Amino acid sequence: MAEKKLGKQEVADNPIADIFEKRCPSAAEKKWAEETLAPTLEKNPERPIGAPTGVNLDEQGRARFTTISGVPIRRLYTPADLPEDWSEEKYLGYPGRPPFTRGIHATGYRGKLFTMRQFSGFASPEETNRRYKYLLEHGGGGLSVAFDLPTLMGYDSDHPASEGEVGKCGVAIDSLEDMEILFNGIDLEKTTVSMTINSPASVLWAMYLVVAEKQGADWKQISGTIQNDILKEYIAQKEYIYPPAPSMRLVIDTFEFGSKFTPRFNTISISGYHIREAGSTALQELAFTLYDGIEYVEWARKRGLEVDEFGPRLSFFFNAHNDFFEEIAKYRAARKIWARVMKERFGAQSQRTWLMRFHTQTAGVSLPAQQPMNNIARVALQALAAVLGGTQSLHCDSYDEALALPTEEAARIALRTQQIIAYESGVTQTVDPLGGSYFLENLTLQMESGAFDYFGKLDSMGGMVKAIERGYPQKEIAEASYQYQRAAEAKEKIVVGVNEFAIEEEPPQILYIDETVARQQAAKLKALRARRSNDEVKRGLDALKKAASREPQSDGNSAISPANTMPYIIDAVRAYATVGEICDALRQVYGGYTETSIT
Amino acid sequence: MADAKIRVLVAKPGLDGHDRGAKVIARALRDAGMEVIYTGLRQTPEMIVSAALQEDVQVIGLSILSGAHNAIVPRVMDLLRQNQMDDVLVLVGGIIPDQDIDNLKKQGVAAIFQPGTAMDDIVQFIRSKVRGAGVTFAG
Repeated sequence: MAEKKLGKQEVADNPIADIFEKRCPSAAEKKWAEETLAPTLEKNPERPIGAPTGVNLDEQGRARFTTISGVPIRRLYTPADLPEDWSEEKYLGYPGRPPFTRGIHATGYRGKLFTMRQFSGFASPEETNRRYKYLLEHGGGGLSVAFDLPTLMGYDSDHPASEGEVGKCGVAIDSLEDMEILFNGIDLEKTTVSMTINSPASVLWAMYLVVAEKQGADWKQISGTIQNDILKEYIAQKEYIYPPAPSMRLVIDTFEFGSKFTPRFNTISISGYHIREAGSTALQELAFTLYDGIEYVEWARKRGLEVDEFGPRLSFFFNAHNDFFEEIAKYRAARKIWARVMKERFGAQSQRTWLMRFHTQTAGVSLPAQQPMNNIARVALQALAAVLGGTQSLHCDSYDEALALPTEEAARIALRTQQIIAYESGVTQTVDPLGGSYFLENLTLQMESGAFDYFGKLDSMGGMVKAIERGYPQKEIAEASYQYQRAAEAKEKIVVGVNEFAIEEEPPQILYIDETVARQQAAKLKALRARRSNDEVKRGLDALKKAASREPQSDGNSAISPANTMPYIIDAVRAYATVGEICDALRQVYGGYTETSIT
Repeated sequence: MADAKIRVLVAKPGLDGHDRGAKVIARALRDAGMEVIYTGLRQTPEMIVSAALQEDVQVIGLSILSGAHNAIVPRVMDLLRQNQMDDVLVLVGGIIPDQDIDNLKKQGVAAIFQPGTAMDDIVQFIRSKVRGAGVTFAG
C-alpha cells in the first residue's frame, strides 16, 4: 500500500502525480490512475469552473478546483484520504454519542424535525404581530424577531439618530407596551421565540419575560433564544453600544440569571452567521464562532459560574452558504469541536453541556438582486446542506433578500422550501445520510484541524476580546471578503445571472416601508411618557445604574450575584422605561465604543 | 496635476453596521490608484461633510443598506451646498429601491449603485466624471 509521496518537480512532469500528493493510494487506485485516468486526462484535460486565471490555476498552470472558501478539492476521494488510524468508531461514532459527528439525537429528525423558524419583523409591532400569526397559521414552528436598527442600537424611535431608520430593517420596539402588542394573541408558553438582539439583549429579554408573566406563563417552562452574542458584533456586524468588557459583563449577567430562573431559555446564540455575511471563509466562520464560545465560557467561569450549569443553555447559529459539501462538513466539525472543547478544555461532566445545538440561516450575502427568482433554488440547496448537517432549526431567506424585507409571497415560498425539504425530499428519514463519504469525512477533518489552528493563534493573543482589540479577526475577514469579490469579478467564481447568464429584466415587487411607522412610534412614546409614573421610572434607572457600576460575583450558592443587572432591568421595564432610557442609563455607567476602522 | 490621485471619502452614515460593501469598495478604489479615506461607522451628515471638506475630496461614496437613504442623503446634499462643495461627486451604494432613485438623483446624487454592481464599473464611473485628476489610467 505505502507508495512514496512525490516532490513538486515530479508532480509537474507526471499528469497523474496529484494522486500521490500528501496521500498513499492503494494499488488498485494506482492502477486505475495509470490505466483509466491518465489516458482520459490526455484526451480531455480538466477545465476549471470559471475563468482559467488566478485561483483556478495551480503552479503548473493546470486546472485547480476549490471550495467557495478556497480549499483545494481533489478529483476523487478514496480511503487514501482518511487518516491512517481511521475507524468508524473513533471518528464517526453514533448519533447522540461522542464525538457527535453524526448528530446530537440518536434518531436524527425521526423523533423531532428541525424547527422551521422564519426570521421576521418590520414596521410597527401591530404589523409584525399580523405577520407572525400568518407564519404560524402556515405551519411555521417558531418565531424569530427582527428588530429595527434603533432598537438594536438602544435608541428610542424619536431619538435624532433614529431618523429614517424606524421600522425599516425590522420591528420598532420602544417599551413594554410595544412588546405586549407584538405578542398579542400568541401563547408564549407554547411558542418558542428567538430574538435577534445583542447589545440591548437584556432589555428586550426583560420585556419578553414580563409579557410572558402577564400572560400567565411560567418562566421555568418558556423556551426560546436571545442572540446576545456581543463578540461577533465587534468582529462583524458592528451593532455594539458599550466597550467590550462591560458588554461581556451584561452577557454573563443573563447567563447567571437564566440558569436560575429560565432553565429552558437559551441565553445566547453564538453566531457565525454575521461573520460569514461579512465575507469570511467557512473555516473562519467556524473557528471564530467556536472561539467566541470559548471566550464566553472563560468569562462565565471567572464570575464563578459552573460550566455544567450554564453550558447547556449555550446555543449556536451558523450560515448556510453555497458550497454544499463544505457547509455540511462545517456543521459536523462544529459539533465535534464543541464537545471536545467543553470536555477537554473546561472539564464539563454532563453530556448536555457537550452537545452543540444550532440554528442555521441561508446566506443572505449569496442572494443577488439580479434574476431574484434564482435565489429560490440557491436557498433550497443551502437549506438542504443545513439539514444534512443536522441543524436543530432553520430559516430560509426570501428570494428578494437583496432588494428589501420580504413580501408576504416571498416569505411564504421560503417557508414552503423548508417544508419541501422536510416532507418531500426524504432526507430526514435517516440519520446523517452522508456519513462515511470519503470526501465529506476528509473535509470535516480539515475543518476541525483548521479550527484548532485558529484557536492556537487566538489563545496566544490572550483570547478573543484581546484579538478583537487588535483587529485580528476583522482583518482576516476583510481580506477573505476582498479576495472573493476579486475572484467573482474576474469570473473565476461564477455567479449565475450576475457575472454569467445575465439578462435585462424588469424591477420586481418589493415591500416598501415609509416614515408612517416613525410618526406612530413617536406619538406612542409621547403618550406613554405622559401616562406612566416617571418617578418610578427614575427610581428604577437609578437602581440599575448603581448595580451596573458594581462588580458582580457569584458566591456559588443558589442566589445570583447581588449586582446582576437583570432584576433591575426587569423592574425598569415593568415601570415602562423605554429601550433608549435603559440603554442610556447603562451608557452613563459604561460609556460608548468606537472601533478603529480597518480597510 | 497629472500625478494627483483622485481623492475619495467612503462614508457609512446611519445606524447600520454592515460594512462589507464599504470596505470592499474602499479597497478596490485604493487598488485602482485612488486616495481613499474611510470614515468608519455611524457618521452623521455633518461629520461626513466636515471630513470631506478637511480631506479635500472630489468624491463622496455613501454606503447605506438600512433604508435610511431618504433621510440621510438630502441632509448630506444640503450641507455640501451650504459649504460651496457642489462640485463634489456624490455616489450612493447599497440597498436602494428603484422607486427612490429619481428622487435621489434630483437631490444631486451622480449615481446609485445597487447590489451586484461590479467594482470596476464604479472605478470607471469615477474616472469618467472626475476631470483633471488623470492618475494611473489602468496601470
